[in-house]
Amino acid sequence: MATATAVGKSSTVAGDGHKHKKNALSDGQGRLAWMLLAPTLLVIIVVAGIPVLLSIRESFFQTNSGVDPNTGLVAGGESFVGLKNFTDIFAGANQVEGSYGTMDRFWNAFLNTTLFTVVCVLLETVLGVAMALIMSKAFKGRGVVRAGILVPWAIPTIVSALMWKLIFDEAGVMNRILHQQILWLADTGASFWAIVIADVWKTAPFIGLLTLAGLQTIPAECYEAAKVDGATAWQQFTRITLPMVRPTLVVAVLFRTLDTLRMFDLPYGMIGPGKYRVETLSIFAYQEATQNRYGPAAAYAIILFIYVLLVAFVFVKVLGADVIGDSAPPKKKKKKGAGDDDAKTSAVPSLEMMGGAH
Amino acid sequence: MTFVRPARRGVLAAATLTALLAAAACGGGGSSTPAASSAPAADLSKQGPTEYWAGKDTSGNLKNLIAEFNAQHPEGKITFHELPDNADLQRQQMIQNTQIKNPQMGVLSMDVVWTAEFAANQVVEAMPADQFPTEGFLPATVESGTYFNKLYGYPTSSDGGLLYYRKDLLDKAGLKPPTTWDEMKQACKTIQADSGNDKLECFAGQYQKYEGLTVNFAEAVDSAGGTIMGDDGKPAVNSPEAAKGLSFLVDSFKDGTIPKGAITWQEEQGRQAFQDGNLIFHRNWPYVYALASKTDGSSKIAGKFAVAPLPGLTGLGVSSLGGHNMAIAKNAENKGTAADFVKFMASEKVMKSNVIATSAAPTLTSLYSDADVTKKYPYMPILLKSIETAKPRPKAVKYGDVTLAIQDAAYGALQGQTAPDAALASLQTKLGTLTQ
Repeated sequence: MATATAVGKSSTVAGDGHKHKKNALSDGQGRLAWMLLAPTLLVIIVVAGIPVLLSIRESFFQTNSGVDPNTGLVAGGESFVGLKNFTDIFAGANQVEGSYGTMDRFWNAFLNTTLFTVVCVLLETVLGVAMALIMSKAFKGRGVVRAGILVPWAIPTIVSALMWKLIFDEAGVMNRILHQQILWLADTGASFWAIVIADVWKTAPFIGLLTLAGLQTIPAECYEAAKVDGATAWQQFTRITLPMVRPTLVVAVLFRTLDTLRMFDLPYGMIGPGKYRVETLSIFAYQEATQNRYGPAAAYAIILFIYVLLVAFVFVKVLGADVIGDSAPPKKKKKKGAGDDDAKTSAVPSLEMMGGAH
Repeated sequence: MTFVRPARRGVLAAATLTALLAAAACGGGGSSTPAASSAPAADLSKQGPTEYWAGKDTSGNLKNLIAEFNAQHPEGKITFHELPDNADLQRQQMIQNTQIKNPQMGVLSMDVVWTAEFAANQVVEAMPADQFPTEGFLPATVESGTYFNKLYGYPTSSDGGLLYYRKDLLDKAGLKPPTTWDEMKQACKTIQADSGNDKLECFAGQYQKYEGLTVNFAEAVDSAGGTIMGDDGKPAVNSPEAAKGLSFLVDSFKDGTIPKGAITWQEEQGRQAFQDGNLIFHRNWPYVYALASKTDGSSKIAGKFAVAPLPGLTGLGVSSLGGHNMAIAKNAENKGTAADFVKFMASEKVMKSNVIATSAAPTLTSLYSDADVTKKYPYMPILLKSIETAKPRPKAVKYGDVTLAIQDAAYGALQGQTAPDAALASLQTKLGTLTQ
C-alpha cells in the first residue's frame, strides 16, 4: 500500500507540471532493494517457481503402466508423450455420469468448477454486501454481530466441511428441520447445493469484511448531502454506496472467484472423492495424482492454472479490478486536482478512480 | 510507471499459482526405474536397523512387540514409522518412498487390496517359499498376499464380514438366523409386523461410495454365485449371477429392506443404527462386537444380539476378505532384519498377543480354537467360517481405478439411475480396458 500511495502522489505531482527527475526507487538504491527482496524471491522461486516448472515438464510425460504378461511386473519409468495428456481430454475415454449427462470426467469437473464459482460467488457477494451494511451501522451490540459474522471465516475449511457433513447427514439436523429425507451426502443434485450452502456460509464474511473496509472510507458528508436533497435509502444505496464501494468489492469478488475455482476441501471432505456431481478440477487432478498418473494430473492442474489466469485477466481488464491500487486510468487522473489527493483516498487508493464519476 | 505492470502481473500470478502446487508436489516422480523383468532372487540376509511402516498403533501393543523383537535381535533393530490412519494416505506414502528409494523403509503393513499394485510396481519383494512357509495359515489369507504365484505379503491379520442380528427379536418370533436373502426378508416381515416400532429397519451394510461399497458389492455378487474377475484376471462381471447379486441390493433399496438413508452409510453409521436398536440385521466387521456389547449405555442392544455367517442367494453367502499382510520393501537396505521381523510378527505367540490386544482376526487357523482367544472373542468360530469361504477383492495392478469403476457402477444402480444389467455391462467394458 505504501508503494502504491507513493506512486499515486508522484504521478499527481508530475501532472501538475513539477518535473522531478529523481525517482525515490531508482536513486542508487536499486541494489539495496534487490538485497532486501532477495530472501522473498528465493523462497518464491524454491517453493513456487521450480515446482510449477517441474509440473509443466511433468505434463508432457506419462508413466509406463503396461504389465508384463509373464511376470505380472510393470516396467515403470516415464516416457515423453508430447501434448497427449492435453489432447486426451477431447478423446472422451473416461466417460462419467454427472449432473450434465454422460461426458468426459475432465469436462464434468470443469463444468462443476465453473458452476460452483458462478453460483457461490453470486450468493456470497449479495450476502457479503448485506453483512457489510449491517456491520457498518452503529447500534448496540455491534461488536458481537461483527465477531459473529466473522466466525465462519475463521474456521478452517476442512473443519467446516466435517461440521456440515454432520449437519447434512441423512439423519442430521438439516433433514430434521426440513422434515424430509434428502440424501445430501449421496451423489445427487442436493449434494451440489449442500456444497453451495457450506461455501457461502463460510466465505460470505470474507466479502463482507472487505466491503466493510470500503464502506468506512465513504465520507459521511455524501449521505448528509443526499438526505438534504431528499434521496431515499434505496437511492442512497444505489447512487452512493454501491459506486463508491465498487472498487473494493470488485477486488473482493476477484479473490473469491480465484479461490472458488480452486475449490477442493469442501467437496472432498464433505461429500467425498469419486462423486461426479461435486467433483472439481482440483479434486480430479488430485485423484489422478494418487493413481500415480502424474502426467495427466499435471496437465489438468495447468489447464486450471490457465483458466484461473484468464478469469483474473478478464476481471482486471473488463471490470477494472484494481489489485494493487495504482492502476487508475490515466484519463481520469488528468482531470483530478491536487486537492483530491487527501488522506482519505490514501486509505483505499483505488477510490481515486471514482473521483470524476459523480 | 513501467514497473507497475509486471508487479501487478506478479501478484496475479502469485494469487493463482497455488492451483498448481498440489500437482507439483506430487510431480517428483520423474526418476525412471529400469525394467527388471527377470529379477534375481532377493538377498534376505543383510542385518541392520530398519523401519516398520504401518498405520497408527491404536492398541499400544506394537511397541511392546517391537521392544521384545529388538531385545532378542541385537544385530538389527526395528523402529516403528507411524503412518496416517487413512489407508489411502498410507498407500501414497509407501509408493512415494519407493519412488525416492528410501532405504530405511523396511517392512510394510500392506492392505490385502494393494498386493497386486505393490508387487507389480516393485514396491515389495517376493518372499521365498523356503523361508516363509504357508502351512497353518488360512488359504484365503495366503491367496490375498499372492500375485502371479509368488508370495509378496505374509499374512498377519485378516478380516471378514459378519451378519449381526437381534437374537432377542428372532428368538421371540421363533426364528433361526437366516442363511439366504429371502429368509432374511421373510424374518424381517414377521418381526416388523410384530414389533409395533416403525423405526425398526430390516438390513443394512455399507453403501456410501467408498471402498466399503466395493466390499458389499463383491459380497452380493459372490454370494449369488457370480464373480467380478475370474481366476485368469479377466473381468467376468457381466453374468446372470452377478446381476442377481446386484439386483438383491437394488431391490432391497426399492422395497425398503435396506433403509433409503443407507446409501450414505459407512461402517460407523450402520453400527450406530444397529446399536440404537433400529436394525434387525446388519453386515459389518468383527470390531462392532465389542462396541455393541458395551453396557455403559452407549449400546441399547448389549446382550441382545449375536453373529452369523452372511446370507446368500441360495445358501450361505461369501464375505469379502479384509486385513493386512506384512511385506518386505524392495528398496530396503537391511532386508535380513526386515524378514526376521515379518517372521516374528507372524509367529503364533506374537499373533495371539496381537489378536487379544487389537481384536484383529488371526491368519493362523489354530488361533481360532485357542481357549484364550475364544474366551475374549466368542464370535471367532463364526468369523473362521466367514474367512474360510471369503474371497479377495479383484486383484488388479490399477486397483484404485478398478475399485472406482466398481463403485461407479454399483452406486449408479443403487441410486436407481442405471438398471443393474446395464451397469454391469458397462462395468465389464471398463474393467476390460483397466486390466489389459
